[in-house]
Amino acid sequence: MIRVILPPHLRGLAHVSGEVELEVAGQPTQRSVLDALEARYPMLSGTIRDHITQQRRPFLRFFACGEDLSHEQPDAPLPDAIASGTEPLLILGAIAGG
Amino acid sequence: MSKVRVLVGTRKGAFVLTSDGKRNNWDVSGPHFAGWELYHVKGSTADPNRIFASQCSGWFGQVIQRSDDGGKTWTQPGTPPGESTTGPGGMPKGESNKFVYDDSKETGKPLTTHQWYDGTQKPWAFKRVWHLEPSLTDPDTVYAGVEDAAIFRSTDGGKSWHELAGLRGHGTGPKWQPGAGGMCLHTIIVDPKNPKRIFVAISAAGAFRTDDGGATWRPINKGLYSKYIPEPTAEVGHCVHRIALHPSRPDVLFMQKHWDVLRTDNAGDSWQKISGNLPTDFGFVIDVHAHEPETVYVVPIKSDGEHFPLDGKLRVYRSRSGGNEWEELSKGLPLRDCYVNVLRDAMAVDSLDKCGVYFGTTGGQVYASADAGDNWAPIVRDLPPVLSVEVQTLA
Repeated sequence: MIRVILPPHLRGLAHVSGEVELEVAGQPTQRSVLDALEARYPMLSGTIRDHITQQRRPFLRFFACGEDLSHEQPDAPLPDAIASGTEPLLILGAIAGG
Repeated sequence: MSKVRVLVGTRKGAFVLTSDGKRNNWDVSGPHFAGWELYHVKGSTADPNRIFASQCSGWFGQVIQRSDDGGKTWTQPGTPPGESTTGPGGMPKGESNKFVYDDSKETGKPLTTHQWYDGTQKPWAFKRVWHLEPSLTDPDTVYAGVEDAAIFRSTDGGKSWHELAGLRGHGTGPKWQPGAGGMCLHTIIVDPKNPKRIFVAISAAGAFRTDDGGATWRPINKGLYSKYIPEPTAEVGHCVHRIALHPSRPDVLFMQKHWDVLRTDNAGDSWQKISGNLPTDFGFVIDVHAHEPETVYVVPIKSDGEHFPLDGKLRVYRSRSGGNEWEELSKGLPLRDCYVNVLRDAMAVDSLDKCGVYFGTTGGQVYASADAGDNWAPIVRDLPPVLSVEVQTLA
């Protein structure tokens, strides 16, 4: 079971209040987790990755186990702690403003 | 008893303001979609309970929302909570947020370039939906004006969108350029007497018209003079801020340009300046009285460099003669120390016997007049900056 923590705006959009739990076959990667997330919550399509390019939106970041994974390759394996469900994958909105 | 519903889009959510026909006491609901930018919220004439909303964010991109109960509850078309997340063919839903330029050989146009701020060419890239225009007759049909400038249409209630690529593919595209807010298609008007005729306006390309339901388009900017572009009378490149018409006379349109207020009496074939005695003819909004086709409203703004009212006095100007002769309307409006702006989609009228006029400000106020502009009062004072105001008159 993969655990994902969404930023508040996306929790509202997906009508969820806490963590999201997803079944992902095989070794989880950013791509497979996001595919599973969007399949279960299609209203999130296009909000984390661009519809066409599938690139991460510039103001969103991916964190896990205290590490910034935002620049990892989409098909790179996620840490074992994510795969086992010990740690959640955090999707964060960058702090931007001024 | 008649009822009025005012739909307000702001920088941090949407608000629905309702009142009976007296328009004295208002109920305020919201924020809907708190924290998101709501560029436009507009109801369907064909089914007033159906309302479309453009929700977007610099972080999370574009989302389309729809209400089928007059704004009480909302869903993304095709993906209501609790419903199956796949369609009959097993395809995932979630298409309602998807705006993809049509570059197919069959129906599309090649993805060309437009001018960028520095004069270089830049490929079209979708950013957000500025304006949603429901069909006047079919509640499932709605048009979307987007940045970078293009028009999309949905015929399934907003579930999926298809570009009418003839507009973006007009040969003048490389001469279009972004205004300060981006290269947005911000105005869509469907001719109430001829649904195949649609008018649009783009900053900064100008006004365009189709007479064949969106297949082909032509610029309608003859008579516009913009001294700040290399060719002041160019076919395209004008920063049109807003156009409006009265439903009984769709050949007569009124325009608030970057500078200048204009009108056309031949559906845009030629325009004449009608700024007349306005204290400044820069501004964003323009609208027409619901029952008097020659009565027009604008909110003059000091200049393109100073986006606030002249002398710190917020005033609406009304012409009862179709332009040129304007009267100041200020009763109930702040007449000192007021430095807000009124953005292009933030004025609307109701169609009650005494026409109501409404506008919202970047200071978060929504003002209403229940007597065609003679007297004004705020409905709300402290919303986030107002991006759009639309009104529904309900039986």
